[in-house]
Amino acid sequence: MTALATAAPALDLRTRFYDELDPLLDAYPDVDVVLAVIGSGYMGRAIERHPGRVIDVGIREQALIGVAGGLALAGRRPIVHTFASFLVERPYEQVKLDLGHQDVGAVLVSAGASYDVSAGGRTHQAPADVALISALPGWTVHVPGHADEVAELLHREAAGTGRVYLRLSGQRNSRPHPVDGRLHLVRDGAGAGGEHGPLVVAVGPMLETVLVATADLPVRVAWTATPHPLDAEGLRALAGPAPVLAVVTPYLEGTGAGEVAAALVDRPSRVLHVGVPGETELRRYGTPRDHAAAHGLDAAGVRRRVAAFLG
Amino acid sequence: MTTTTPTTTVPGVVPQQVRDLVARVTGDEKHDPSAHSTLEVVWTLYDQVLRVDPDRPDDPGRDRFLLSKGHGPASTYAVLAAKGFFPAAWLDDVASFDSPLGHHPDRTLVPGIEIGSGSLGHGLPLAVGLAIGLRGRSPARVVVLVGDAELDEGSNAEAIQVAGRFGLGNLTCVVVDNHSDSLGWPGGIATRFAGEGWSAAETRAHDGPGLVTALRRAEPDRPTVVVVDTSPAPTITPTITPTSKEAA
Repeated sequence: MTALATAAPALDLRTRFYDELDPLLDAYPDVDVVLAVIGSGYMGRAIERHPGRVIDVGIREQALIGVAGGLALAGRRPIVHTFASFLVERPYEQVKLDLGHQDVGAVLVSAGASYDVSAGGRTHQAPADVALISALPGWTVHVPGHADEVAELLHREAAGTGRVYLRLSGQRNSRPHPVDGRLHLVRDGAGAGGEHGPLVVAVGPMLETVLVATADLPVRVAWTATPHPLDAEGLRALAGPAPVLAVVTPYLEGTGAGEVAAALVDRPSRVLHVGVPGETELRRYGTPRDHAAAHGLDAAGVRRRVAAFLG
Repeated sequence: MTTTTPTTTVPGVVPQQVRDLVARVTGDEKHDPSAHSTLEVVWTLYDQVLRVDPDRPDDPGRDRFLLSKGHGPASTYAVLAAKGFFPAAWLDDVASFDSPLGHHPDRTLVPGIEIGSGSLGHGLPLAVGLAIGLRGRSPARVVVLVGDAELDEGSNAEAIQVAGRFGLGNLTCVVVDNHSDSLGWPGGIATRFAGEGWSAAETRAHDGPGLVTALRRAEPDRPTVVVVDTSPAPTITPTITPTSKEAA
């Protein structure tokens, strides 16, 4: 136990989530964890120390969300976890009805992101997850880029009552940033097009890729871990009166475009959305790095898109 | 609130006043047979089984009744009105823009309605989660009503399995069997629950005392299913031995 107690916190987002569950269950007596097998092998300490509060329904994802909705109706605060494809896409009507329509909350924590399971193929990839969740009323979407952000968001949302989607990815940044729901300027306009020059918004784990991609471009870079609801006020302030804006997401390209458009409706703007293309299915295996490159979401790809957009 | 609670009732027998309340709804009700098939069960639950208080519909210790078969809410609306959860006048205007009562119920609009339902196959999984959440924390029972055709939805199979494995003694599933499922249940509906570790009982909607007894059943270590056949009681002894399917 000494080794455990003194071990540095995990850097991997998903590992950090599993590690946080034991202290989280200690801190929040209303929280239960609901699983469909995935993850149960990584949270032995939480299962052992909190009997009955880690509820594994087996490989039954409709029941996963239905049971979470019932727990919430009983006054519990469910944290629900599996891969994004099985958490959002397979039981989508349950997410809509058993949580939203019942007007109850839950924290859905997904793993796998768009192509973490690149070698597993399409069945385990869910680039549309954020678009799907954002299409339902009353959800907050967090896409953290660092394990410390995961821990902070988990503890905050465990204490809340809302409907929250927390998207964990294998891709990460080297240091944490504020996860207060706001848009934060990471690189300012000095020597980069001025106070209201072109702006690139990076979501979550895309930040350091974007910083590398745009190192020699005249743009400012802003960041958020909470793309939905979008910090519209922050975007208007940063984007200025005639925005030239690129939004780089680690998920389906164009997700959130409506929120960006609504935020900028009162001014002339040019907006580029960079993300996982939705028109074709990439029928290749390989590594997440291979997939990022194939989708144009590595530094070289993002640079090409943004440079062409700036003209 | 002026309630219309009937003053004298026979356990398991729906009073005429309650039938009259159903009739006030069904002028606009789209699914009459479905609504009527649940009336005996819902009335008996509220009159004889559930511990609920219309003056405290949000009491954390209350028993929960979940109408999963939400496309037939007329009888539930009528019973809730009869028991004083809301004014009977609400029944005259169902599904209008300003009415809290719709053809599918919304828990956020109606006192006493525990879940919003309508899409089939959601009530039983919700009931399982509710029973897990209440178990050991509350004396409340969770009773969910589903239809035999609703059981076609695979989400129910998942929930039946989970409830059985978790030994949810505080959960009762009432299957109102009006023989409307498309492909049949060879071997009977109750056997599917029993095979997953449920305590199973079968009764008839028109057998008042039998219904009361069946709906009061509970075992501490396993969930209970009550399959309620809505067919009228046979008046003539069949001269031909029924097949096993017909008997079920």
